[in-house]
Amino acid sequence: MGQTAQPGGDACYVTCRSGAESGVTGSTPILTIALQRGFGPVVEGEALVSEEGFSPRYDLDRWSGLITKPGHKLEGASIKDRVCFFPTAKGGIAAGWAFNDIRAKGIAPKAFIFGVTNPVMVQGAILAEIPITEGWDQDPREVIRTGDWVRVDPERGVIELLRRA
Amino acid sequence: MELTAEERSMAAGDAGEGVRRAIAYQMQVGRFFGAQRMVPITNAHMMGDIEVLGDAGLAFLEEMRLLGARARVPITTNARCIDFDWAERLGQDPGECAKERKVIATLQAMDIMTTDTCINYQTLYQPHLGERVAWGDTGTCIYANSVFGARTNFESGPAALAAAVTGRVPEYGFQLDRHRRGSFVVDVAGARLDDLADWGALGRIIGEYRQSYYAVPVITGIARVPTADELKHLGCALASYGSMAMFHMPGVTPEAPSVEAACGGTAPGTPALVVDDAAIRGVYASYRTAGPEARLVVFSGPQLSLFEIKRLSELFAGRRVAAGSSVFVTSSNGVISAARRLGYLAPLEEAGVAVLEGVCFYILQNLSQMREANGWSTLVSNSAKIVNIIGAHRFRTVLRRTEICVEVACTGRLPDSSM
Repeated sequence: MGQTAQPGGDACYVTCRSGAESGVTGSTPILTIALQRGFGPVVEGEALVSEEGFSPRYDLDRWSGLITKPGHKLEGASIKDRVCFFPTAKGGIAAGWAFNDIRAKGIAPKAFIFGVTNPVMVQGAILAEIPITEGWDQDPREVIRTGDWVRVDPERGVIELLRRA
Repeated sequence: MELTAEERSMAAGDAGEGVRRAIAYQMQVGRFFGAQRMVPITNAHMMGDIEVLGDAGLAFLEEMRLLGARARVPITTNARCIDFDWAERLGQDPGECAKERKVIATLQAMDIMTTDTCINYQTLYQPHLGERVAWGDTGTCIYANSVFGARTNFESGPAALAAAVTGRVPEYGFQLDRHRRGSFVVDVAGARLDDLADWGALGRIIGEYRQSYYAVPVITGIARVPTADELKHLGCALASYGSMAMFHMPGVTPEAPSVEAACGGTAPGTPALVVDDAAIRGVYASYRTAGPEARLVVFSGPQLSLFEIKRLSELFAGRRVAAGSSVFVTSSNGVISAARRLGYLAPLEEAGVAVLEGVCFYILQNLSQMREANGWSTLVSNSAKIVNIIGAHRFRTVLRRTEICVEVACTGRLPDSSM
């Protein structure tokens, strides 16, 4: 499904980091969402589902991993180790460096799942080797809630809901 | 992706490890977007400062330098986070200042021109119709695509660097004809658009209406010929609120000789959106603050042109910034040098306005700490972009017309029903 770009051993722009730390389990999914395209390895994690778009510059405190923009629908939430669902990308050229920076600081999410993204988010996620996907056949906001446990498989182009919160 | 012999050679490492990593990265990005090939570029513009790079980004740049990466097409840099002449007065961190100097030296060692400006399209390079470039920040991209008819995607720091190192970009998005067609029509015949802030407010309305990188508004009903600064504020706001990379303005922008042409030859239906003076007033009325006190006024984001500085200089002449208030203007070295020579800076400096060079306010190193140390809560600006982008630093922001901003600067208060 869709185009897939894999981080390959000799393709890394940044000196390659040690292997994936996804902790993937073998559970059977409760439901599946098909994705348009994606990058990165299979990961699992707790969902953080946003009604609002996202930019690391506009919305995120890049030292704590908390969303700090006053009035953001996820104000106060942490993106660390979450599978983050955002309908859109906001702005912003900063993501290109910022995702690599937050990964080095240990506050990166497990994956970014966008309805519509922009190239900066993709360029940043690939540099940081954070899985990223774009497009979905079913709006996650209707079927996945913050706290649910999900698996992201960018190569197969699917999100699987494994456990309800 | 189909690669030329030269690209295959780069990917094989024949041009060195720095080039190999850069093209491998570009191929991954290209694969994500389904790019069929790489296309050559003539110019790149990159963001790279310690505030956004972090230690990891600086280490990355140093590694690329050691791996022999060098720009093969001219590449300039965007605004940075420290004006070294102001760092101490602004309470910026000496350790981060030292790292910023390292960033600059590392970029220069890769033959990157550290111009420190986000208005390269006004001051440094004006690509022509159809010319392919690799630019970021977003304000530079939307101006290149829309006003010049040049071709660029949003190219973040690592992507613009890779483009300069390989001399090409993957062909996707706004490099392709099909993404450059207008996707909806906006009628603004009922809006007077007198001030730069009005153009930013228009950008906010359109950007929020259809928040998508691939949405290309076709703006009709412009009453008079817009200036470069007006299109700059419009573009920056569209990119900021809508993540948009292109707009058409029939009769003004080069790929829009007519509405039909802008839409790819198809006759558009009725306008999807109508913006009038009431809608613009609605933007000004939408900001909520704790009270009338406003102690921070910022003219920045994007950096000011010489024309904007001249106007501010006239508005501030003979006046003083209110005691207890702070007012900032930021621009590039070139604009500030010219403004000083022409006598435009003296009235600003005599009024107590801080004029910062080579930076943009919203990316200043230590900005959150600066806000706390100065007790700043409300930020007033005539830039729709900056009132949007600065949110993560917990400012309460207000967009106002330029003259009102100057009033706020000199009184410390937002006038009632000021719009």
